[in-house]
Amino acid sequence: MDTTTVNIIIDGKPYAARHGQTIMQAADEHGFHIPRLCYHPRLSIEGACRVCIVEVEGAKNYVASCAFPVSEGMKIHTNTQEIRRARRDIVELILDNHPDDCHTCERDSNCELQRLAASMGIRNRHFKGEKKHYEKDLSSASVIRDPNKCILCQRCLRICSEVQGVNALSHAFRGFQTVVMPAYNLPFAESVCSTCGQCINVCPTAAFVEKNCTQELFEKLNDPSIIKVVQVAPSVRAAIGEAFALEPGRNMEGQTAAALRRLGFDYVFDTQFSADLTIMEEASEFLERFQNKDRLPLITSCSSAWMKMMEQFHPDFIPNISSCKSPMVMMGTLVKTYFAEKMKIDPAKILSVGCMCCTAKKYEAERPELRVNNMAAVDMVITTRELAWMVKSAGIDFINIHPESFDLPLGLSSGGGAIFGVTGGVMESAIRTAYEMYTGETLVDIEIGALRGFSGIREGKITMDKDEIRVAVAHGLGNASELLDIVRKNPQRYHFIEIMGCPGGCIGGGGQPYAGVNSMPLDENILKKRAEALYSIDRAKTIRRSLDNPDVQRMYKEYLGSPLSQRAHDLLHTHYAPKLPQGILPIESTVK
Amino acid sequence: MAENTTGYRYYLTLCDGPTCMQKASRTMRETLERELARLHLSDKVRILVSGCLGMCQKGPILIVNPGYAMYGRLTEEAVVRIVEEHLFNNRPVLDFIIDEDHLFNKFYRVFGDVNFFGKQMRIALRNCGVIDPESIDDYLCVRGYEALAKVLSVMTPWEVIAEMKKSGLRGRGGAGFATGVKWELTAREKSDVKYVICNADEGDPGAFMDRSAIEGDPHTVIEGIIIGGYAVGARNGIIYIRAEYPLAIKRLERAIAAARAAGLLGQNILGTAFSFDIEIRLGAGAFVCGEETALMHSIEGHRGMPRPRPPYPSASGLFGKPTLINNVETWANVPVIILDGADWFATLGTKTSKGTKVFALAGRVNNTGLIEVPMGTTIRQIVFDIGGGVPDGRRFKAVQIGGPSGGCLPEQYLDTQIDYESLTQAGAFMGSGGMIVMDETSCMVNIARYFLEFTQDESCGKCTPCREGTKRMLEILTRITEGSGTAEDIVRLERLGALIKRASLCGLGQSAPNAVLSTLRHFREEYEEHIQHKRCRAGVCQAMLSYAITDACTGCGACRKACPVNAISGTQKTLHVIDQKACIKCNNCFVTCKFEAITKS
Repeated sequence: MDTTTVNIIIDGKPYAARHGQTIMQAADEHGFHIPRLCYHPRLSIEGACRVCIVEVEGAKNYVASCAFPVSEGMKIHTNTQEIRRARRDIVELILDNHPDDCHTCERDSNCELQRLAASMGIRNRHFKGEKKHYEKDLSSASVIRDPNKCILCQRCLRICSEVQGVNALSHAFRGFQTVVMPAYNLPFAESVCSTCGQCINVCPTAAFVEKNCTQELFEKLNDPSIIKVVQVAPSVRAAIGEAFALEPGRNMEGQTAAALRRLGFDYVFDTQFSADLTIMEEASEFLERFQNKDRLPLITSCSSAWMKMMEQFHPDFIPNISSCKSPMVMMGTLVKTYFAEKMKIDPAKILSVGCMCCTAKKYEAERPELRVNNMAAVDMVITTRELAWMVKSAGIDFINIHPESFDLPLGLSSGGGAIFGVTGGVMESAIRTAYEMYTGETLVDIEIGALRGFSGIREGKITMDKDEIRVAVAHGLGNASELLDIVRKNPQRYHFIEIMGCPGGCIGGGGQPYAGVNSMPLDENILKKRAEALYSIDRAKTIRRSLDNPDVQRMYKEYLGSPLSQRAHDLLHTHYAPKLPQGILPIESTVK
Repeated sequence: MAENTTGYRYYLTLCDGPTCMQKASRTMRETLERELARLHLSDKVRILVSGCLGMCQKGPILIVNPGYAMYGRLTEEAVVRIVEEHLFNNRPVLDFIIDEDHLFNKFYRVFGDVNFFGKQMRIALRNCGVIDPESIDDYLCVRGYEALAKVLSVMTPWEVIAEMKKSGLRGRGGAGFATGVKWELTAREKSDVKYVICNADEGDPGAFMDRSAIEGDPHTVIEGIIIGGYAVGARNGIIYIRAEYPLAIKRLERAIAAARAAGLLGQNILGTAFSFDIEIRLGAGAFVCGEETALMHSIEGHRGMPRPRPPYPSASGLFGKPTLINNVETWANVPVIILDGADWFATLGTKTSKGTKVFALAGRVNNTGLIEVPMGTTIRQIVFDIGGGVPDGRRFKAVQIGGPSGGCLPEQYLDTQIDYESLTQAGAFMGSGGMIVMDETSCMVNIARYFLEFTQDESCGKCTPCREGTKRMLEILTRITEGSGTAEDIVRLERLGALIKRASLCGLGQSAPNAVLSTLRHFREEYEEHIQHKRCRAGVCQAMLSYAITDACTGCGACRKACPVNAISGTQKTLHVIDQKACIKCNNCFVTCKFEAITKS
């Protein structure tokens, strides 16, 4: 990076900036927070909303500070009467074409536009006129699209193409009629949308929200004839505190379990338990393929958005995908079989709920091939956000509640189960167990640094006996596609690959709490803190390998037999098939 | 003319511009060919089909050379007689000759005179209507590709750029950026791949300068592009042209093929180390794609939407590579500057604006069509000398310059000289050269509304001020023209206009309010009349009109029967009355009355 110093003047005072910085970047470093809307640090510069305009002496027009580079001697004015009024009018123009329904809006008090309007001091309207009016798209199991709330900042479109590489969204029509929609205006459910929910995360308003099922869940929780069973994903506990204005990175595991019991759940289980089980099956599957010289690399299958994207765009890799169901579905399956039998409950009376950091899990729960004995393994999925709202709505003092433990026998987990929630965690966990399964010895350096961190694609090597195992990790669907292209060119390069659909892994899932007042969605610092919460859970555990989880061992002994047994296969494994949505042509298989 | 044309007794130039084509110049051509064949003249008379010659209101037009006889308002009968009497018997048919002594008409006196470089006002359009645009030989006869040969043989790229800078040529696409500087910036960039683009995405309503330049003389544009490619070190040229211009596209394709066959495009042009080729990309007709960054997005296969600058195309343009982009008219000037020299070119025009400018003259003016005038010509000269003034004895009111991005100038600006700065100062804009004359029957509020409707419709929807702001301005203007405007609406228009102008992302938004702001500046009283007195002095805004019946009424009852809402009452042979509240201003009574007893005001 060019580090040449550039002298600039902001609002009459001299400051130093670096060559190549934008006005906004330089201003940020010196404590000027220029208002902004379409800008997002992880996405390309759009310069569309024009909220971040400033005056630059000598420039004919206002310049968008997010896009304009600093230059020597530049005189910038961020806060003149004129620029304040211009910004105010721009925000008003957005409001004038936005529903005035803040009180009943899902994003009320969590809305970037609302905050922006408040900071502009818009107290009356000058330019009222026609507002857009479109139907909501309710077709998807995961994501609701409401173009009426859309302010065309294009963050959704950019994250979907630039970070996720899915390109489910684009513009249609022009000018005042411009709408962001899937290709051919297909219903979202029929589009290539992976249901990852990142559009929800980055949307400043409520143009994208998850399909909320909290009301339905409250109704069921009040029905005494139903046995209510819930499981909690690792990343929920690492992030839910943020919805209660706590510092990011607080582990709220005990509080979450306690709150779920207060909400009326009869059994509160931990998805980390079934994560351990997933490791047992997946590590075994890997070793079997490795020893039999079957098709490799084996690619993980626990991320539901990744599975949908893979079936659509990378069906040539189906033979490489692990047949393991996701931890959530494994848990749901065991609840309706093992647990029901053990407790002598009619599984039809069980309501199996997943509490997930993810919107794609809502879609996954509906996949027909994952049904067990003609019942859904998971009947309902709520996101971290939905859980937080239910807790608030039920009047539970989440912050001060006395922490409680998960219920047994599906509540005990190893550290390996906890780190499932962060990118690289599944691979790290799998290596911990596979190493011991393969060599008969215990891995000493249990924390595998090469697999940690946030760079998009990471590689590692591990030597088991005399065999070198080459592994890779990708997070975010765009990085996943990039990694697969590497594999297409060099099929021998890796033995085992972990892919997570969301940036940072599940901790950055599409169902996690909205960004707080002073942060941006998908802020990497926040993701790091959430990751650290999971790593510290791992460190604090005496059992850190899935293999050593006594309840998992007991389950194999009592019920499943051994990993990859017939029963394990029937209950814990599934299959995938190409799903080619409209407009997508099959690609030639390049990996044989 | 080209060698293969020697031996012809007559050269005919038949105008195939958009207006003449509409008026059936195609069928005229068939008739012409049929008649020539009948009298065995086919190989003695050469027909050239030209782009717009101007004088659209008198089309279809046929010029017979030598002798320069201009025939207008052609009919089948006229063609038959012209062939028989003029072409066969050498007696011009006076009945159909247009002979008006306007400056405009005199332009055509030079047709047939090959030596008109340097003498004429026509630089960009110098060959239009003179040569056969589908014949590279014709172009070669008018010193075609001589500039390219000169550049490749005796000039370095930097000398070419120096010449362009010295000429003072500025971009003819609108903003008027110094062309030579643009070339220099692109040439300085170090990159293995560079692009040169010709912007032929002409989108202003009623403008057809680029279209005519290409249709009439495609090789000039191509030659200019090749020279540009040589100067900046590019190997790839792209002409981005809208798909609605099939004739222009066809002629470009032919011209490119002919140039390739002649070794003027492709590998090792004219045996030098320089290789360059041109491809054509079709645009789907979005106005915003005339904006350079949107145009490049469109070529890349994306939705045509602009992006913030910097980086400028010279640094990061098409596919992220350094790109030189100029419009058609700019390119058409290049070969002339190279051949006749920057010094000569710089003698034309004003201090800051050199050379000539092509305008599409339209509206309430006697002579409409394409004109090319030296910079510095006054608006008065264009409207009254070239355009022949306002028809039907009406009074000149305003001239709208620069299309939807431009502004309206009133009578007191008639002596404004055509150059970039003067027009901008006056509140108009050079734009790509639309020029519409208005008389007292034009309502300035309605004109502003019309242009804003266009830009609002063509806004790409990316940035807030343009997308939302132009919509609100249009709503306000619509309610003013419908009689429900308020005094605050003028304040709102000015506030929004100033915002959109300074805060929008691209040139489309930045110039969108010009039509409104310039009319507010020069014709504010018309806005105030609409708002305060609900009066449209031009009688254009329907909602403002009130119909009344005068004493001339004979009580025939025809208007009563014609009224669709029964707003007219009266018994036979008595004075009828219009109920103003019920009247929907449909104008039925007005056209029905045989006694001119109904007035509207």
